[in-house]
Amino acid sequence: MRPEAQVSRILFLAATVVGVLLTLAILWFMVRLGLPLFSTHSLRLLLTQDWAPDRGLYGIFPFICGSGAVVSLSLLLAFPLSLGNAVLIHLLAPRHLARILYQMVKMMTGVPTVIYGFVGIFLLVPLVREWFSRGSGMSVLSAGILLALLIAPTMILVFLESFAAVSTSHLRALEALGGTRRQKLVHVILPGARRGIITGFLLASGRAVGDTMIALMVAGNAVATPESILDPVRTLTAHIALVMAADFDSMEFKTIFACGITLYLWTAILTLSLRFLHFKATKTSMQVGHEQSF
Amino acid sequence: MGDNMAWCTAKRGQVWFIFTALLLLLIFSGPVAESVGAEPLAAFNGQSGMLRISGGTAHIPVLKEVAGLVMQAHPGIQIALSGGGSGAGIKQVGEGLVDIGNSGRKPTDNEIKKYGLVLNCWAYDGVVIVVHPDNPVKALSRAQLQDIFRGRLTNWQQVGGADKAIAVFTRDEGSGTRKVFSKKALMEKEITNKSLVVASNGAMKAAVSHNPGAIGYVSLGYLDESVAPVALDGVEPSLANVQNGEYTVVRGLYSNTRGEARGLSKSFIDFLFSPAGREIISRNGLIPASR
Repeated sequence: MRPEAQVSRILFLAATVVGVLLTLAILWFMVRLGLPLFSTHSLRLLLTQDWAPDRGLYGIFPFICGSGAVVSLSLLLAFPLSLGNAVLIHLLAPRHLARILYQMVKMMTGVPTVIYGFVGIFLLVPLVREWFSRGSGMSVLSAGILLALLIAPTMILVFLESFAAVSTSHLRALEALGGTRRQKLVHVILPGARRGIITGFLLASGRAVGDTMIALMVAGNAVATPESILDPVRTLTAHIALVMAADFDSMEFKTIFACGITLYLWTAILTLSLRFLHFKATKTSMQVGHEQSF
Repeated sequence: MGDNMAWCTAKRGQVWFIFTALLLLLIFSGPVAESVGAEPLAAFNGQSGMLRISGGTAHIPVLKEVAGLVMQAHPGIQIALSGGGSGAGIKQVGEGLVDIGNSGRKPTDNEIKKYGLVLNCWAYDGVVIVVHPDNPVKALSRAQLQDIFRGRLTNWQQVGGADKAIAVFTRDEGSGTRKVFSKKALMEKEITNKSLVVASNGAMKAAVSHNPGAIGYVSLGYLDESVAPVALDGVEPSLANVQNGEYTVVRGLYSNTRGEARGLSKSFIDFLFSPAGREIISRNGLIPASR
């Protein structure tokens, strides 16, 4: 190996090692700082109790439910929307319209979440309040809708990419057989892009779990466990943002670490499943490649 | 991989947005108060550098005006002013992240001892109960207020208003305004877990002014036509009533430093006690304090 190659190899290796160590260090740091909490309150209690500091309860259960509710709703709304949008851009829309749509989607990925939050407070929250004439409008529903808007572009772009990667020989074969556009979509593109679709979904849900601003601004941040999608909720991320200002030594502040660990594990599991799928995908496509070359 | 491209565009888009937002901020931030003349600002002569201030949001209107004056008269001085709440202000000044940490409550003995804080109380502020301007309810008894915040009264009809659900707004755990309100208006009675939580005085005003069923509380300095004040036990939360002691939900506004203030911090805090500073404080609906 040439010396330059050797040097860059070492540099890249070092970067990887540092990256991995940092990620692990963050987990270690959170567990370490959260330890006083875990020694006085068992982890089980923390994860299942209510939040009522004046009664000595520091459970983050309502916030786990809050994050779960808001994220599920946003995925439920964004997934069909994004899939439809991607199909429209890739297959159905006339070329120039598809181009415009594609550019708009790309631009939407750049809108900071605080802008969505702002629009949400002044436009969406009053609408939700009047439509349902119940509650204050600050709710799982409002946050879910805005979060769907935030993650849809990510999903659409990943979907489009996986559509574009669908084997052209299959598409040609279908065209040669006189297949319709509908058949092309249902029998070739969607099955061929399956892994890409799952990847997009996971990436977007990671983004939804981690977002703070939208929930903080429009979900209402109430500490009660939500019972309906019109109830206000506090997500794990919003809880961290709100309690950050409390006294360092207070129990309230220490729950931040419990929230952090929960979020960390949540995203770690998501990312690991994403990597696993990628791994399987590349393995199978390599096998296909081998078969073709023989 | 092609998605590198997409992320790249995302970054560029974000930069573009932030740029526009900043531009709009510059255009709409309006003129910085009329000038006060050079003399009260003489203490800043010959000084330059960066002064970092953060913490309680009730302080911001006054400090923003003072900071504007100082920076206008002395281009060599940069003042960075941010919110975050009382808890954040105390913590950040204690750790040396900022030069002055504001709090809308007196720092606890523990905090003072731990960080070696020096307190400067430069104003008194009332914490005012506010509702939407269209709400006919303009007075509440303390018992009614407590029942509303505990979630026992849930409709405005129960306190003589329209048939509308009450949306209770409160502040986050680190808020000085919340601590004072909870102690002096609610008498430490609990706040319902269904209450909505906002993170600053400004956000409270925005939330209450856009929700006809809302009730919340803000610093007297934030009171304007977008929300309506509510009399407590028959006492109007006016500047006069805060001053003569009739209105009791009152707290001091503190600007804390770690150790005695020096240099820019000292000049800045001194200015708040000067006649020009006191004038700005009263114009913002607060009561100037003496050293």
